Amino acid sequence: MSDDTSHGQPGTEVATVDEERYPVPDPGLEEHLPRLTDVDEKAADRATRQVATFFGLVPLLSIGFAVVYFAVPGEAWIDFGPLRANSRNLLLGLTFGLALLFLGVGAVQWARKLMDDEERIDYRHSAASSDDDKNYMLTELDEVVEESKLTRRKIIGRTLLAALATILLPMIVGLADLGPWPTKKKRAETIETTIWAPGVRVVHDVTFEPMKPQDIEIGQLVNAEPANLQDLEGSEYQIEKAKAAVIVVRMDPNTITIPPSREDWQIGGILCYSKICTHVGCPISLWEQQTHHLLCPCHQSTFDLGNSGVVVFGPAARALPQLPITTDAEGYIIARSGFDVPTGPSFFERDSRKDFKVGDN
Amino acid sequence: MRLLSSRRRHPAAKALLLVFGLFMMGALYSVIAPPAQVSADTGNSQQIAEGKALFAVGCASCHGLNGEGQISGTIQGPPLTGVGAAAVDFQVSSGRMPMARPGEQAPVKPNVYTEEEIAALAAYVASLGPGPAIPEPANYDTANLSAEDLARGGELFRTNCSACHNFEGAGGALPNGKYAPPLIGLDSQRVYEAMLTGPQQMPVFSEEVLRPEDKRAIIGYLNSLHERPSDGGLALGGLGPVSEGLWAWIIGVGGLIFFAMWIAARGAKAK
Repeated sequence: MSDDTSHGQPGTEVATVDEERYPVPDPGLEEHLPRLTDVDEKAADRATRQVATFFGLVPLLSIGFAVVYFAVPGEAWIDFGPLRANSRNLLLGLTFGLALLFLGVGAVQWARKLMDDEERIDYRHSAASSDDDKNYMLTELDEVVEESKLTRRKIIGRTLLAALATILLPMIVGLADLGPWPTKKKRAETIETTIWAPGVRVVHDVTFEPMKPQDIEIGQLVNAEPANLQDLEGSEYQIEKAKAAVIVVRMDPNTITIPPSREDWQIGGILCYSKICTHVGCPISLWEQQTHHLLCPCHQSTFDLGNSGVVVFGPAARALPQLPITTDAEGYIIARSGFDVPTGPSFFERDSRKDFKVGDN
Repeated sequence: MRLLSSRRRHPAAKALLLVFGLFMMGALYSVIAPPAQVSADTGNSQQIAEGKALFAVGCASCHGLNGEGQISGTIQGPPLTGVGAAAVDFQVSSGRMPMARPGEQAPVKPNVYTEEEIAALAAYVASLGPGPAIPEPANYDTANLSAEDLARGGELFRTNCSACHNFEGAGGALPNGKYAPPLIGLDSQRVYEAMLTGPQQMPVFSEEVLRPEDKRAIIGYLNSLHERPSDGGLALGGLGPVSEGLWAWIIGVGGLIFFAMWIAARGAKAK
């Protein structure tokens, strides 16, 4: 309160007599009543002992934490009925947690019982600098400009400006590392295509075993990949797997709808669809064999695999792309061609005119 | 001895002797006679006949008197031709069938059939058409699996099963009130049969595509996963961020808020 004298005395800035702005008079501070610990020395001593006990327990618990860390084996377990807890983790948590808690409890008790609790008012001061300060700053600035010779030797200032502007160029050029410029040609050979090609065998994910139509029963679901995925490694493998993953399902041909244009895309009710949701690209294999519905667990988009993969529920906007399949000379399932539309989620430049819609043939 | 000889002409002596003789014969028979065969032997016409009788009582109201199924009408049951003995063993042993009422989900409930009755039902349904047989114990015996097999089982599980059953086998929700049941603490045979037959909405994983050794690796992975104690103590169902977040925000942060409110409720300063 002593340092705000230059900005008015307490009470003068708050116009408590202004009826318009402050219709209710300022009640002022509540009357200060002493606490028990303020008047009774014994109570104050008791509170001091409480605070000191809480603070005194903290080093004990901290040392306990260190002892537990090195002394308790990691393979010991404590049972609490159905729960089973690792003894070391439990004791580490208890010692450190209680240490933090006691630190806080001690501090709260100290503030409430012992610290001076008389209430005061500190008035805000103006945020603006004083005129003296402003004038001083401006004259200093003029002086610095004069001393730097910038006004006389202008070429320095201009080249400096050019230097500062062009120093940003390396940073902007570095952004090109984020990926190739998505031209139409680039998109066509990356995001809009997969490694599926005519004659590529459909193989089981994980085991990479090829499969024959007679191996697949009605109601069967196979998580599959193209056989040529095994030739790839590292990030290339991951990128191609993320686009090319498929699911193969077999349904009773009498219970599903196959449009005439897709008559030869399937083998007796065995159909192959992209595994990547057309909404935001989650892999989906949550298939109900009786309803033929494929549910995406991320946002509940539901596709009807018994009807060319059209969306029956959820936020996905496009049908699931279907992969045309047939069998090779040895009887294994192969792709007739790649996908006719890009798999995976939508992107700005994506052409969705070729996607299957309800009513298409 | 005097008791026996003095009472040998007692009127009840004859009857007691007869009962004793019968009892001895019965005890002798049970020791000597071979134990009853409990298996779904498709060649056993008597077992099939027993199964047919049981089927007519417990199953026919939905699946038809000859297992032909009802596709239309208010009570629906799929045809059972070709579902095989494995499907019957799975559905009836776990109590899913017979269902208490038609519905989206066939919930697990206490099984009321004896093993012989289930074997008879399985034999009858297996006689309707060729289908998967009840798997041999060697198929799901996971005792000799190596760590490599278990790792492969984990990969197969995450690829084929985790979409519905959760990455820990804790189960999950399906549309319209259906759900994929949790796989914790299940009999290995049931898991094998489920993969083999594709019960309810679950797809089939045939022996040709998901080979017996693959299925065994998956079962071994599940068993090893569920035998392992949880380091954190409370696993919260293994559901991941949803249940963990719920606990952290409601119990953890909520508890802290109540603690802070309790401190402040007693007044900013002590009395």
